Amino acid sequence: MKALRKFLDKKKPLFEKGGKFAKLQSTFDAFDTFLFVPDHTSKTGTHIKDAIDLKRTMSVVVMALIPSLLFGMYNIGYQHFLSVGETAPLMDMFVYGLIKVLPIVVVSYVVGLGIEFAFAQMRGHAVNEGFLVSGMLIPLVMPVEAPLWMVAVSTAFAVVIGKEVFGGTGMNIWNPALIARAFFFFAYPSKMSGDSVWIAEKADTFSGATPLADAAALVDATPAQAESLMSGALSQTWDMFIGLIPGSIGETSTLAILIGAVILIATGIGSWRIMLSVFVGGYAMGAIFNLIGANPYMELIPAWQHLIMGGFAFGAVFMATDPVSATQTTRGKYIYGFLIGFLAVLIRVMNAGFPEAMMLAILFMNTFAPLIDHYVVQGNVKRRLKRVKVKA
Amino acid sequence: MSDKEPLFSAKNRKLLTNPLGSDNPITVQVLGICSALAVTAKLEPAIVLSISVMAVLALANVIVSLLRNTIPSRIRIIVQLVVVAALVILVDQILKAFAYDVSKQLSVFVGLIITNCIIMGRLEAFALGNRPWPAFLDGIGNAAGYGLILVIVAFFRELLGSGTLYGYKVIPDAVYAMGYDNNGLMILPPMALVVVGIIIWVQRSKDKSLIESN
Repeated sequence: MKALRKFLDKKKPLFEKGGKFAKLQSTFDAFDTFLFVPDHTSKTGTHIKDAIDLKRTMSVVVMALIPSLLFGMYNIGYQHFLSVGETAPLMDMFVYGLIKVLPIVVVSYVVGLGIEFAFAQMRGHAVNEGFLVSGMLIPLVMPVEAPLWMVAVSTAFAVVIGKEVFGGTGMNIWNPALIARAFFFFAYPSKMSGDSVWIAEKADTFSGATPLADAAALVDATPAQAESLMSGALSQTWDMFIGLIPGSIGETSTLAILIGAVILIATGIGSWRIMLSVFVGGYAMGAIFNLIGANPYMELIPAWQHLIMGGFAFGAVFMATDPVSATQTTRGKYIYGFLIGFLAVLIRVMNAGFPEAMMLAILFMNTFAPLIDHYVVQGNVKRRLKRVKVKA
Repeated sequence: MSDKEPLFSAKNRKLLTNPLGSDNPITVQVLGICSALAVTAKLEPAIVLSISVMAVLALANVIVSLLRNTIPSRIRIIVQLVVVAALVILVDQILKAFAYDVSKQLSVFVGLIITNCIIMGRLEAFALGNRPWPAFLDGIGNAAGYGLILVIVAFFRELLGSGTLYGYKVIPDAVYAMGYDNNGLMILPPMALVVVGIIIWVQRSKDKSLIESN
């Protein structure tokens, strides 16, 4: 560690004003502060003092994502061997998944960080930390068979249009990783929906339908069809919880996501208020549908099952809690989270075109987060004014 | 104003060229956005609509400019609307007669030229206070600036969204065979907004004087 510090200190003058590589100052600074916590402090305004800076915060989130990533790799292998009807040792499955997933992760980071660094150099500001997390989230919400160039285009779109045009990390309205997924979803729908993209090198005879797709098929199913659908993948609730189902790379395992959630909540980085209220909102809408029971989807899928299907849990824990695009006020967080869960289940059941509605629900509520905050703050101001008046 | 001013004096040339760049109706004045979103999925309708707007705007400018001293200012909006509506109906009928397919594609948007903010904006801001010839140039210039943006947006949307240009296939099959795919989002209206936004971004980073201070 000391040697590294010495090396960096020795090279530092080269990158400072008048140095040989002065143009690359922000690049050097990014690496320096990534490796060592910087010792400079803010000079103006009031700041809340905290032990960790943004880079450390982001690293914790990446760590919380590791269980989902590892399980995702294993599940890719598991699904592949299941579809071709072979049995394979655990290690083989994992290695197979690793080979499939690693290129997507690399592409996401190289493209995203490349653009971030380029913008930082051009505008002469420090490199933004935000992409450390986005770069990991993007591969986790992609289907395993996503062509790499499409991942690259989606990432570039998310970083440039979703983030840089607004002024970089901390200024974006929407979660950049979800922008990447939304772009992918609408631009290349054939690679993001259907039965063939969720399992790597799937055998043709094997049904690759995700539980969500099965559930969406319930809407116009006859009673006999509904029964066969319900006894298929939809009855394997334990598999759904563990994550042994087809789906986007990192979202299938509710268990791995919950481990991540524990890390985020224990370190105080993710807001438990948002996570909790998302789940409550989803359950509430599911329960309402159970009561209405107008079609087999509403009637047969119990409310709690919505919470473990598809990307619901992943979105609740990692996407909705994004501190930049979520609400900031305590009361606002409850409202924001509840509406995300509520809308996600609503869209899932009511609109067969979007079986995975979590993405749309979060992006939608991201848009409204500032409005919610505004009214929460205004409401508080009003209440306090009233209190003052009563006393006077 | 002296009558001896040459037809294409520096001032008159400015009327033609300014709307193409620093005074563009779409990217700077931010008028006529709705039609820019609606008809730019393909080049052909974009070009046809641009020409229609040009015809309507130039003629309306001239007519209103000729009438400018006789229109009572209280009812000027109604008079302008009558002039524009008459011209739009003419253009619509001509399109239906000679370019039926395109007119079907454009459907309601030809009729909606009447509500295109650029037209009312130019009539109010320019034609009511200027002589017919400058008004004509102003109409041509602004319609050209509008058309320019429409064509740029449509070019990218059709190329990336459908792999064609003006209906002709330009991306060879070999590229598709390599795994390339058309970008479906480009066909959807939001992407028109994003493309217009990118054009505004590029334009303002080149011409800093356009950046508003606040």
